[in-house]
Amino acid sequence: MSKFKKNSTKGLPAINTASLPDIVFMLLFFFMVVTRIKDAELKVKVSVPKATEVVKLEDKSLVSFVFVGVPTEKLQEVYGTSPRIQLNDAISKSIEEVILFIEAERAKLTEENKAKMIISLKADKEVKMGIITDVKQELRSANALKLNYSTHQGQIEYND
Amino acid sequence: MAKRSIPEINAGSMADIAFLLLIFFLVTTTIDSDKGLQILLPQKQEKTEVTIKPKKRNVLNVLVNGNNQLLVRGQVAKLEELTEEVKKHVSNNGFSPDYSESPRLAIVSIKNDRGTSYEMYIKVQNELLRAYNELRDEKSQELYGVNFENLGENAQKKVKEIYPQKISEAEPENVMGDK
Repeated sequence: MSKFKKNSTKGLPAINTASLPDIVFMLLFFFMVVTRIKDAELKVKVSVPKATEVVKLEDKSLVSFVFVGVPTEKLQEVYGTSPRIQLNDAISKSIEEVILFIEAERAKLTEENKAKMIISLKADKEVKMGIITDVKQELRSANALKLNYSTHQGQIEYND
Repeated sequence: MAKRSIPEINAGSMADIAFLLLIFFLVTTTIDSDKGLQILLPQKQEKTEVTIKPKKRNVLNVLVNGNNQLLVRGQVAKLEELTEEVKKHVSNNGFSPDYSESPRLAIVSIKNDRGTSYEMYIKVQNELLRAYNELRDEKSQELYGVNFENLGENAQKKVKEIYPQKISEAEPENVMGDK
């Protein structure tokens, strides 16, 4: 083998991967911008229904979430299999806790934003209206009247 | 003296680091899906307050029972017919004696059972909102030639005044039960 041999024409040239980090960083930034960090661990199973006339929630800081659904499998031993309400990180023990939750959430807002507070109700499509109505009544008692039924955007099915 | 060259930093593992970060973000975040049907709950009324009872013809009664069946104006109806019925009711302008006198006076009253499924309730709400949105769209097309959502704030207010959204929700019955 001579020392000054020309590069052999055999074998594929290595692909330049120098720009691969740039591509991946671009993807990373894209995901960082369009997503948000999960703020509460779901303890109830929630699969929201579909609707067409949806409105986007603009200001995240004004929104508080109330989850309604059947507890996850792990927690069913403790909480049973009937639908429960989750506020913050815990499943509420009684319906009265909703008012306390609303008051606590309202206290976090500035004075001028207090009236603009929105409650987003993330309820599973399988739950019955009984529990939803109870929550709504509690919201009315707490004077939190701006309610948003969280839904996916999509065509609804007419199957009666 | 030999010129000492600065060794090049090996950037081969940069991609791996970036991938790691990417995967971390993919796992810990959720794609924004905060959309929903916006409604305004009525204020809690004091018992002493006297409410004016609206005329019978101005109220469109929608009932949903615990089996998710629909009753509109006392007759069994299908969900896909609801939007048309609401539109007919609201935009009647006193034309037919069975429907409302004017859009301002028209009320849609919805009553459900505690056993009604949330999905059905959302579907009904969606149809009602769709009826109002379509009416407002038609009105703004007529007045300004554009859809309601593309109107300016003042014009939107005007159209909203012509077609105010009056959806009243009665206390649900507990026939089927929710347990």
